[in-house]
Amino acid sequence: MKTNTSQAALTPAAASVDLGNIPAPARCLRWLGGFGWSGLIGLAILLFWIAAALFGSSMLTRTLVPDSNVQIFGAISHAHWLGTDYLGRDMFIRVIDGASYTVGVAFVATLLASGLGTMLALFAAASGRWIDSMLSRSLDTITSIPSKMFALIMVAGFGSSVSMLIATATIIYVPGAYRIARSMAININTLDYVTVARLRGEGTLYVMRREILPNIAGPMLADLGLRFVYIVLLLAGLSFLGLGVQPPAADWGSLVRENIGSLAGASAAVIAPALAIASLTIAVNLVIDNLPGRARRERGVK
Amino acid sequence: MGVAVIVKDLCVSAGSQTLVDKLSFEIHPGEVLALIGESGSGKTTTALALMGFARRGCEISGGSVQLGAVDVLQMSARQQRALRGRTVAYIAQSAAASFNPSRTILDQVIEPTRIHQTCSPAEAKVKAIALFRELALPDPDTIGERYPHQVSGGQLQRLMAAMALITDPDLVILDEPTTALDVTTQIEVLRAFRRVVRERRATAVYVSHDLAVVAQMADHILVLRNGQMRELNSTKQILEAPVSDYTKSLLAAARPAPREAGNVTKNSQALLDLHQVAVGYGPLNARGEPAKLVLQDINLKLYPGQAIGVIGESGSGKSTLARAIAGLLPPCHGTMLFNGAELKPRLAQRSKEELRQIQMVFQIADTALNPAHTIEDILARPLQFYKGLHGVPLQRRIQELLDLVKLPHSVAKRLPGGLSGGQKQRVNLARALAAEPDLILCDEVTSALDTVVGAAVLDLMAELRRELNVSYLFISHDLHTVRAVCDEIVVMQHGRKLDQVVRANYDRGPHHPYYQLLERSVPELRQGWLDELDQTTPLAT
Repeated sequence: MKTNTSQAALTPAAASVDLGNIPAPARCLRWLGGFGWSGLIGLAILLFWIAAALFGSSMLTRTLVPDSNVQIFGAISHAHWLGTDYLGRDMFIRVIDGASYTVGVAFVATLLASGLGTMLALFAAASGRWIDSMLSRSLDTITSIPSKMFALIMVAGFGSSVSMLIATATIIYVPGAYRIARSMAININTLDYVTVARLRGEGTLYVMRREILPNIAGPMLADLGLRFVYIVLLLAGLSFLGLGVQPPAADWGSLVRENIGSLAGASAAVIAPALAIASLTIAVNLVIDNLPGRARRERGVK
Repeated sequence: MGVAVIVKDLCVSAGSQTLVDKLSFEIHPGEVLALIGESGSGKTTTALALMGFARRGCEISGGSVQLGAVDVLQMSARQQRALRGRTVAYIAQSAAASFNPSRTILDQVIEPTRIHQTCSPAEAKVKAIALFRELALPDPDTIGERYPHQVSGGQLQRLMAAMALITDPDLVILDEPTTALDVTTQIEVLRAFRRVVRERRATAVYVSHDLAVVAQMADHILVLRNGQMRELNSTKQILEAPVSDYTKSLLAAARPAPREAGNVTKNSQALLDLHQVAVGYGPLNARGEPAKLVLQDINLKLYPGQAIGVIGESGSGKSTLARAIAGLLPPCHGTMLFNGAELKPRLAQRSKEELRQIQMVFQIADTALNPAHTIEDILARPLQFYKGLHGVPLQRRIQELLDLVKLPHSVAKRLPGGLSGGQKQRVNLARALAAEPDLILCDEVTSALDTVVGAAVLDLMAELRRELNVSYLFISHDLHTVRAVCDEIVVMQHGRKLDQVVRANYDRGPHHPYYQLLERSVPELRQGWLDELDQTTPLAT
């Protein structure tokens, strides 16, 4: 009988993954260890920006504008860590303040867009042809409207506010997330294990949640990272046009626009917010690409 | 005329893992050597190494391969490229995946002559047509103008052989060239291959896992396991007096013994009774018939504890039959009775209890088990769903099921990706058994497994039938497997049932001619079987 050999081969690997009786802090550390170096760097940057968005404004004790000696597009100095902007305001404070808009709005909008898109896609894939084509066609309609144009119309119609921006970005990016999730879900829906679940008599919700979702979650997370980048760029673009977050508040996109005049002078005022955008998007993607569990799943151990 | 091949201490490794371990063998000019072993034994890796080629991530780490006067492994990449397709030709397993679908066949067949500039396109065309004729292809003069999708799988396989032979190579490597084909097609292809190999007196390496096929083709057989040579001997010697224990187990698995039957109670009520069932695809016409009928006039009675095998070639409708019974494809005509009660055509109409009684086991365990769920989750779900088990009884039942299919308990916490093919198929079976069904529909359950592993799964199924008195509808294209486990065989072709043969009459005719054709087409495990066939029925041209 063949099982004897395989039995022997199985035991050592199976023994090493028993997480059941390890205390919680150790388990947490182990989970962090799963990120690897690049993942941990990404996580650190991401956590920094989240902290900045949440507590940054209240922790800063310095003043935005110095009482005397106002310098426009000032260089990096002890007093102004990232120089000063076109009105002589401290750039460091502006970037930290801007974090709450960029990170907050972009995060919420990304989660909404990807979550909604994935849910609709699972529903479309699991419920059959009619619902699928109805959902797909109506979402295609949204795709056909140019995104910047749509945002302009939304802002023109409803004015610019944070909730408006979130809603606009969500509506624009749901169809993309839906398309990707649906194409994967449709493929998985035809696999034998989904057929087995249907033969067992499982309902649509179970098939969506337990059979299809775990198998598209990985690629959808990668897509979420990409979508986050798009949304940050969309918001930055809108702010650049002056239609996003309204002055005196500013997200990073507005900061770049405000200080674009200093580009010729190579001032830190335009480079700092641009770097902030880049570091945030790269960090999100680093974290998602290195999420623990993916490599382990490939080895066949949970 | 072929060349001599001398391989010395060939090693191929992937990272720290050794795939082929110090392999040495010789092939005399004009002889055919077969490499045989289960998947992962390194037989394809060895065959590729003869061309100085290693797959991505692998590396030829030592040894020498002498082709005539030259050592392939000492050559530069450029010299090796000049060698491949010219001196050494390779015929891959799946011709369908090896042809470019957007170019005509002739264009691709004569491509090697263009690359190696052996002759002008006009000469190459004449040569190709001669080869087509030699390989017994229909319409040899015009078949080259077609596109790959316009010819059958067996023809495409022979066309690939023509592509390999057009440069008159000294060594031909055939890598499982008939594995993906139906039995009746396989035999045609085998005969064509053997004829060209013999007539050209080419040296050939034949890679296969099927001993019976190899027995027809090879002069010598090399048995591989885990990259090591187990035995190298003449075909006659290997078949009649194998030395290695592993070879013996391969031989035993290739001659499947009939498994002990269950206790069939035939005088009771039939478990499953199909009457005039027809199934089709496509929109319905005015008379309520679908555009394309794939099953017609199917009558079948299955008694409790009985195992019925359904056999036919691809496209015969045998899988459709299982799907119709399972409720995935509602029949357009006829009635299905299960335990005397009507079996509703649609899945949605059946009650949970009705669903529980019929379970299906799919062919490819890789896609039948959700890769994101642990084995425990997979087995727990039917128990929770049908029986509402949870807590300790659930755990106990899962362990019982693992015992039943002879898997260690440690498997429970793992994901399907960490299991071997045979283990996955056992989990697949255990999930079906978890529902405690009366009938299990088995769709080609052993086709994707190696012979030895497949034989173990068949043993298990026969044992479960005796212990649990469950019935099987066993769908397969392999007559050997079906004969080994089933009490009756149903033969299907073009969506119709042609014949039904009971176990006692397996070897006693007369049967339907198609059943006899299938029976004749299964290669027998002895030398000379194909020669006898050549004498009785000449190769069609």
